[in-house]
Amino acid sequence: MVLTIDDLRVDYRAGRDAVRAVDGVSLSIAPGEILALVGESGSGKSTIAHAVMGSLPRTASVTGAITFAGHDLTTLSERQFAKLRGPGLGFIPQDPMVSLNPLHRVGRQVAEPIRLHTPASRAQAEERAVELLERVGLPHPRERLRQFPHELSGGMRQRVLIAGALAAEPTLLVADEPTTALDVTVQKKILDDLANLARDRGIAVLIITHDLAVAGDRADHLAVLSQGRVVEYGTPAEVLGRPAHTYTRTLLAAAPGLTVRPRPQAEPAAGDLVRVEGVTRRFRLPDRVADDGWFTAVDGVTLSIRRGETLGLVGESGSGKSTLARLVLGLDSPSVGRVAFDGENVATMGRTRKRALHARAQLVYQNPYASLNPRLTVRQIVREPLDGFGIGARDGRPARVRELLDQVGLSASVDGRRPAELSGGQRQRVAIARAIAAGPDLLVCDEPVSALDVSIQAQILDLLTGLRRDLGLTLLFISHDLAVVRSIADRVGVMAAGRLVELDDVETVFTRPRHDYTRLLLDAIPGQRFGDLVNQAGTR
Amino acid sequence: MSVIDSVRAVEFAPRLKRPSVRRVLRRPGLVLAWIVVAFVGVAAAFPGLLTSHDPLGKTGARLAPPSGEHLFGTDNLGRDLFARVVYGTAESVQAVLIAVVVGLVVGSLIGLVAGFVGRWVDDVLMRIIDVLLAVPTLLISLAFIAALGFGTVNIAIAVGIGNIASFARVMRSEVLRIKGTAFVEATTFAGIGRLRVLSRHVLPNAAGPVLVLATLELGLALLSVSALSFLGFGTPPPAPEWGSLVAAGRDYLLAAWWMATLPGLVIAATVLAANRIARSANRDHAVNF
Amino acid sequence: MLRYATRRLLHALLVLWATFTATFFLLYVLPGDAALSKAGVGSDGAALNAADLDRVRAELGLDQPALIQYLKALGNALRGDFGTSIQTGSPATRMYAEAVPETLKLAGSALLVGLAVGIAWALLATYTRRNLLRQALLALPAAGVSLPTFWIGLILLQFFSFRWQLLPAIGNEGVQSLILPALVLAIPTASMSAQILSRSLELTMRAPYIETARARGASRGRVLLGHATRNSIIPVVTALGMTAGHLIGGSVVMESVFSRAGVGAITVRAVNFQDTPVVLVAVVFAALVFVTVNLLVDLLYPLIDPRIRLRRAPLERPVGARRPAAQRPVAAPEATA
Repeated sequence: MVLTIDDLRVDYRAGRDAVRAVDGVSLSIAPGEILALVGESGSGKSTIAHAVMGSLPRTASVTGAITFAGHDLTTLSERQFAKLRGPGLGFIPQDPMVSLNPLHRVGRQVAEPIRLHTPASRAQAEERAVELLERVGLPHPRERLRQFPHELSGGMRQRVLIAGALAAEPTLLVADEPTTALDVTVQKKILDDLANLARDRGIAVLIITHDLAVAGDRADHLAVLSQGRVVEYGTPAEVLGRPAHTYTRTLLAAAPGLTVRPRPQAEPAAGDLVRVEGVTRRFRLPDRVADDGWFTAVDGVTLSIRRGETLGLVGESGSGKSTLARLVLGLDSPSVGRVAFDGENVATMGRTRKRALHARAQLVYQNPYASLNPRLTVRQIVREPLDGFGIGARDGRPARVRELLDQVGLSASVDGRRPAELSGGQRQRVAIARAIAAGPDLLVCDEPVSALDVSIQAQILDLLTGLRRDLGLTLLFISHDLAVVRSIADRVGVMAAGRLVELDDVETVFTRPRHDYTRLLLDAIPGQRFGDLVNQAGTR
Repeated sequence: MSVIDSVRAVEFAPRLKRPSVRRVLRRPGLVLAWIVVAFVGVAAAFPGLLTSHDPLGKTGARLAPPSGEHLFGTDNLGRDLFARVVYGTAESVQAVLIAVVVGLVVGSLIGLVAGFVGRWVDDVLMRIIDVLLAVPTLLISLAFIAALGFGTVNIAIAVGIGNIASFARVMRSEVLRIKGTAFVEATTFAGIGRLRVLSRHVLPNAAGPVLVLATLELGLALLSVSALSFLGFGTPPPAPEWGSLVAAGRDYLLAAWWMATLPGLVIAATVLAANRIARSANRDHAVNF
Repeated sequence: MLRYATRRLLHALLVLWATFTATFFLLYVLPGDAALSKAGVGSDGAALNAADLDRVRAELGLDQPALIQYLKALGNALRGDFGTSIQTGSPATRMYAEAVPETLKLAGSALLVGLAVGIAWALLATYTRRNLLRQALLALPAAGVSLPTFWIGLILLQFFSFRWQLLPAIGNEGVQSLILPALVLAIPTASMSAQILSRSLELTMRAPYIETARARGASRGRVLLGHATRNSIIPVVTALGMTAGHLIGGSVVMESVFSRAGVGAITVRAVNFQDTPVVLVAVVFAALVFVTVNLLVDLLYPLIDPRIRLRRAPLERPVGARRPAAQRPVAAPEATA
């Protein structure tokens, strides 16, 4: 065994209280094995990774043993630990965008572990860095050495980080959510490369992830964590095919990549609510003085949203889907083309008409915490549109607010709380209650579940589906996550680099995609290795 | 009946810590700071409670060192120094309050209008602020004193004008930050007017950092006010103002160390206390300047 | 780059012009004759008689309309002529300029000492793992900005000059006379830069790339000096303009406490005598120092951080951006992977 964790317990002191983050976890990893720790936020998975890397905050107290290369890591001094990091333990961080020193050139950062742990000269270390960058699949590695991190994309930065982690020849790699911050197509490539590298060189890998599908696709063993305990352990086939623990089953049922959820049938469409006709939106780039400094966010898009349907819009970051949503809502005007809401041109609306539009077309934001005023109570937040649009009699509004909160599944006990006192899912429910308060026809949801844990995601998706049916809403649902879109939309539009490359029924897009890019996206959805297994188990 | 009733969120909602007496007592420095400020407050409002001596009356004993009878000793004219410090408090405190209120009101207003209205109004107002930033506070104060004349109130107004820039900048950046948040953009979908957005969403969220800055400026204003009256621009003697008391002790550094040292110590302690409180307010509000 | 430099230079000139204008109207127009009559009650000056007043008024051209006065003064100022000093009758600019080197010595040495001590202090406070030491190291700069410099000056004077007679109490003679005032003047600078840098370091040390460096086996000291410091220094550099202003203001007080010659002493005397031409020079000079330091600081940024490109004036908002541009640099737009 490369690493053996034995009855690990980690407590965080917070004033006089102590919070137990890890509660008696025992695990081991063999050379060349990939072990995935799966759990939602707060399950203790990151704490285990930090305990292995010796980077727990000072408020943490640890009992139990972590045995690695003959040392008990829980007892090592800082100095001894530093010698082990690099040649023994390699680390791949979560967010490649912020995990490289912005002021050092790429070459120096990859070569640093070599310079730290071997007597290699600067030139030798740079030669090694070129080899490593080549091995992790970075094109033109020699030129990359001279570049700064901000000149590379997220996927390239993650490759640089992997090269750096491998530089001192570790025997164990700890990867903390290594691809969460990346687009799906990039995510797939990075994970494939990581798995191959580990197998080729016999490096053991500990992957921390919230994504059961990602874990199932590549790991040799899975450990499902809940509230600091391992509730389930086994091979992917065992864990995904025959889950023993209720928590795993809940997680599986909620995982959009693994489970195809039954989708409500659309009501017959009766005309178009929104028409987007040949719309292009260009932005001036702030840092450019030259005339070609324009960025085309949306490029000649034509589509319509039918009354009563849910139109899904998918695309990777920067594909223009959010800009398109802002154009539909009249928050922004197209450079070319026309957006019509219920037959009326949104761009030429006056102040009064715009206001009327916003009573009928509402927006649910990605981050519910940012979209709720921290100083107002839930009651005040939901009441605001009632007052603003003058809906209903003034003295009837408190009752109406309660009714709305009831509709989104919030109990009366939260009415007086402020956003900081709510959980992420509760916040998004408040935001949805506010959005339906004015009685809109169209609800635009911009990545409404991306900031939430999977099980909460499923609840919010159910809520939106239910509201749509009960209130006869039209939904424009934007997401980077194809699996999520599949579970809620009637039709799907796929966007890439500002263009709408495909628009069709959800089943057609997912089973018979016409555009190469759509195929690429579909292939990249994690969870394909065992998806069928899970669905069979689910229907049994 | 909606389908959602059966599904309730199972996540844990965060518990918020509220300040409690016990948590305050765990910071002894802060408690001490409050005690100092309380003393200063009493001295400013009811100086008679703290000393029985007359700040202007001569006791006969000139340059007497500190003792039980004269806590801070006596000055070159035989006046009780402690009484002079106590009775001088009101003038210093008044000057500090004037200075901070001038800076707070004018600065916040400029910052609010600049940030909320934007466009050319912002440009014009910020160029004015640029000028105030370009000249050090002490020199702005000196220029105003040259124009307005001497006296503690003029010093206070001058210091207040020197402080306008920092209040304006903090207020403007807060307003801009809040204007850019999703919750302010979301008011578009609540059909409410601009003034209501300002009063209900922008101002309450911007006020915190500005008020924290005001507490921070209390201590700094006392430093500026006493420095200016030390330089001799305050109310002429025999009125006992803290800075001028230190100045009066300059000529007796060797003969009567207490004359300059002890009033200066009072200034230092008050500024330290004010800044300590400001820092804790800063931390509680988690504000970054 | 050239466009950027031009913009910054124009902005600097605009600030200088606005400072001159605002101060001129403040000093010449707002107080009018009343201020002149007060010219006699300076703390140690003899009262001016009526004849003197008339002479002064004629000299200053106070019988003409404000706008004419202003335009004339602006024209003269552009040629370096800010009028003649009421106290001495010599040109205000020359009188002021002659005192600049003394103050430059004082403020310059205070700046160097202050920055060095402040930066070392912040590094030490961040490096130590002992909580108590760290708390103590962080608390002292907060106290340092709270102490009245004139008071500290007097206390040091009492011990080092009067009791122990180690250093001269007054005057500008030699390096020895510089030690005490420069040290006292360095206290606020050191405290402020220590506070700014330690706060900035605290944030940087939490950055993910620091965790990356540590996970590669870099020691705490190497992480701090090799990775964190350069990433944290920008706020200190940004504050240099303001620090220069503080030092000019502080030297006014120090030159008074230690009876040194210099622009501070001249300014105080000018305010006492309502010597408006000299006060005007003092204010404009301070603004000149501020804008010059800031221009230099702008040139420093790209040397520290390769992401900063000198294309946009920091105060300007980008076109099409919803949020105001941060003064800190933004990464270049992403290239697709």
